[in-house]
Amino acid sequence: MARKVSTRRKAIMTAIAWVIAFLIFFPILWTIILSFKSEGDAIKSPLQVLTSHWSFESYFVVQERSDYFRHFWNSVVISLGSTLIALVIAIPAAWAMAFVPGKRTKDVLMWMLSTKMMPAVGVLVPIYLMFRDWGLLDTRIGLVAVLCLMNLPIVIWMLYTYFKEIPNDILEAARMDGATLSSEILYVLTPMAVPGIASTLLLNVILAWNEAFWTLNLTAAKAAPLTAFIAAYSSPEGLFYAKLSAASTLAIAPILILGWFSQKQLVRGLTFGAVK
Amino acid sequence: MSTQASRAAARLMISPSVILLLLWMAVPLGMTLWFSFQRYNLLMPGQGGFTGWDNYYYFLTDPAFFTALKNTLVLVGGVLLITVVGGILLALLLDQQIFGQGIVRVLVIAPFFVMPTVSALVWKNMFFNPVNGIFAHIAQAIGLPPFDFLAQAPMLSITLIVAWQWLPFATLILLTALQSLDSEQLEAAEMDGAGAFSRFFYIMLPHLARAATVVILIQTIFLLSTFAEILVTTNGGPGNASTTLTYLVYVQSLLQFDVGGGAAGGIIAVILANIVAIFLMRMIGKNLEA
Amino acid sequence: MTISIRALLGACALGALATAAAAETTITVATVNNGDMVRMQGLMDDFNKLHPDIKVEWVTLEENVLRQKVTTDIATKGGQFDVLTIGTYEVPIWGKQGWLVPLDDMPDSYDVNDLLPAIRKGLTVDGKLYAAPFYGESSFVMYRKDLMEKAGMEMPEKPTWSDIEKAAAAMTDKENGIYGICLRGKAGWGENAAFLTTMDNSMGGRWFDMDWKPQFDTAPWKETITRYLDLMNNYGPPGASSNGFNENLALFQQGKCGMWIDATVAASFVTNPKDSTVADKVGFALAPNKEGVDKRANWLWAWSLAIPAGTQKEEAAKTFIEWATSKHYTELVAEKEGWANVPPGTRTSLYENPKYLEAAPFAKLTLDSINAADPTHPAVEDVPYTGVQFVAIPEFQAIGTAVGQQFSAALAGQISGEQALQNAQSLTEREMKKAGYIK
Repeated sequence: MARKVSTRRKAIMTAIAWVIAFLIFFPILWTIILSFKSEGDAIKSPLQVLTSHWSFESYFVVQERSDYFRHFWNSVVISLGSTLIALVIAIPAAWAMAFVPGKRTKDVLMWMLSTKMMPAVGVLVPIYLMFRDWGLLDTRIGLVAVLCLMNLPIVIWMLYTYFKEIPNDILEAARMDGATLSSEILYVLTPMAVPGIASTLLLNVILAWNEAFWTLNLTAAKAAPLTAFIAAYSSPEGLFYAKLSAASTLAIAPILILGWFSQKQLVRGLTFGAVK
Repeated sequence: MSTQASRAAARLMISPSVILLLLWMAVPLGMTLWFSFQRYNLLMPGQGGFTGWDNYYYFLTDPAFFTALKNTLVLVGGVLLITVVGGILLALLLDQQIFGQGIVRVLVIAPFFVMPTVSALVWKNMFFNPVNGIFAHIAQAIGLPPFDFLAQAPMLSITLIVAWQWLPFATLILLTALQSLDSEQLEAAEMDGAGAFSRFFYIMLPHLARAATVVILIQTIFLLSTFAEILVTTNGGPGNASTTLTYLVYVQSLLQFDVGGGAAGGIIAVILANIVAIFLMRMIGKNLEA
Repeated sequence: MTISIRALLGACALGALATAAAAETTITVATVNNGDMVRMQGLMDDFNKLHPDIKVEWVTLEENVLRQKVTTDIATKGGQFDVLTIGTYEVPIWGKQGWLVPLDDMPDSYDVNDLLPAIRKGLTVDGKLYAAPFYGESSFVMYRKDLMEKAGMEMPEKPTWSDIEKAAAAMTDKENGIYGICLRGKAGWGENAAFLTTMDNSMGGRWFDMDWKPQFDTAPWKETITRYLDLMNNYGPPGASSNGFNENLALFQQGKCGMWIDATVAASFVTNPKDSTVADKVGFALAPNKEGVDKRANWLWAWSLAIPAGTQKEEAAKTFIEWATSKHYTELVAEKEGWANVPPGTRTSLYENPKYLEAAPFAKLTLDSINAADPTHPAVEDVPYTGVQFVAIPEFQAIGTAVGQQFSAALAGQISGEQALQNAQSLTEREMKKAGYIK
């Protein structure tokens, strides 16, 4: 890592990296820019867009039409709730698979992942009927349950691969010292597992936040998250680029900011068993 | 070094997950299987009854079925190709010493945080639109006729959108793997006179293989169910040009509200997905053991 | 673990029921994100003042998403909504199923007889009104008077397709980004399939004969597709195969279209100087027909409010619908936003109001177009279905969209018009066989 490189090489690499990073980020940047424009200006050519008047008007219009904060809060509750419950269920399972592997551990893991392959569109009606009978339609608890189950395989997989990298010797040493199972988990394993758990949490909050099929189809007004908020702006009559941009910016901003601030943690535990 | 007791404890710890997932898989799957043999259209109550293999027959003989199969493969394959190759290149770049590395990394991973619906809407309207989109404005500025991406090259356009979303994910995993590479090994190779290319092909690439398989596995699972991007941009068209298997199931079950037909399509999709899964897991399994 | 989770779910379900019972007067209204509905949400103060005991929760969604959600909910009796915004396609089907609460006991002050007969007919099943129209529309020709003048032409009030072709040729000026004609090309039963169905009606064709045999192999459909592709390939804008109502509206407002045949509600958008660069240059004419054919290419649609059967809040829902579709609401909008912005196409009295006629130069043609559409006899020949630009059977959403995809592919140049018709014929036959209409 700490190899010396010439300044010239570093400058060239910097230039290339910045250009590519800018291109990749550009669609998001452009959306943010358009959100500060009027509808008429938003469809002009790029240069005219940049030189036109800036305003917050679209944001006011969007907030007036649909209550952003209620949708935002629903998104927070649903994504965080589903992930936390999934973690509670998954941590023991992942621990057991990582430290007491059986002959079938790999198969069980693969089977768990394969449950994610069912196309959601095909099972909407059965799930909808169940939700209706249990009174779960348009409730946050219903969505928490669905998203929790949906992401559970990924959560288990991530934790498992992370736990596996914790050296077994340390645990054995603890056992030698007479640590019980619970104190072993609490005092030895947990501190070492925190980065892995943190990045699992982050990744799954992102996945749950962005999930747009179940959240849109199982809610109406009370539990509707930001995905439903977006659906109100996607193709209305007349010009809509500025309002769509404002709504999009509002919908992705929280997770974007969270992701940026926690990217170190996200990266640290994000190995998926990819690193050895 | 596991004792009888710890084995029992382990089983106890795994069981909630297994039972929940079993229910989550078995109950909808069971219901879907049941519905797939029923004549059941939500819009026509009272027309029920067992219908044998009819729903399967109609789904498999749908004129769009083989196109959908092909498009699904094109989409998954295309996105995997772009993200793995692009991800390796990006990871190599981000691994270099550059000014403002933190900011560059933040910009590169940003697309991963964007909702699929939002990214599809943004690409469709602000970029691909042949009159008001940025590409149209650029084409106009240099005197070319505007290209109507979503009509002329629908699969390519959708693949690009999806690849844009998944590129950061691949990059992150591959970067993590790259950074774990022993730098002494690289330096030793360099001393032995190995050029940049041979260092890349003989040391880095084999090291990245494991990360790449993980990227492929995780992404395939998500890509097989790509749906929002197609619904928002092309609605599966023009014609059937961008209809995938998932989209075809959607047409049956939520456009036609033919629960029976949709269920049959769902079962077929599950079977095909599992064939892909078995194939994948063979590959991954080998790589993960190594 | 699983047991406790179930208990938790159960407890929460009970909790949800309890809150629902306590807040008795909150009604959930599902609606589309069209301008008139959004405007209504801004005028809720008036409703709250009149009915402080009823609270309205809005669920505003894009049309396709809305339709999918509302249909799933009503067909499974999910009970998420108390008032639905649906169109003239859904009302006859759902009314027949007994899924909607009949609105036949509206008070005298509501004046049901004031509703436009054509619209009312479209929302009535077996003599009972099942939905109240919020706004109604037909379709007609909008054209640029200045461009026509420049070309030395005049648009007849009742043009034929030949007139339209000549005008499109004369106005097209691709160098300057002006396209003679903009028509729907985006696939969808409510998009290009709707337009092409009316075009086929005006050529003397129909979707099905009396035995439910699809008619895409007949001469009128061939003529429709041939002339449509000719028009669009020669005089249409680029990327027309993804243009729906919205895209064309934006194009017309920017002055890029010479002509546009589409919904009458668009008239108030294209003449509104705030959004439209051509506001003072727009002329109107009836939708065209083929020489000698008795039907014109004008459709009939009404976004309407209906109550799903089984809701606990029927009374509150009725009160809301009464308010939203009343004369009082029209006056409210007129007072706050001007007469040109009132929801059009539902009441006879509006078209007798001199203030509206003055503010809306397109009013008379709108009324004529709506009145000329007959959902029970949409085609020259007899048909087994109702609906002008659609076929009011549950299967139509999927069939219409699939057929629309074929026409869209033909417009994009991927297949020939001939091929598109063949595909449309075989896929419609297949679906009708599957659904049991054809043995």
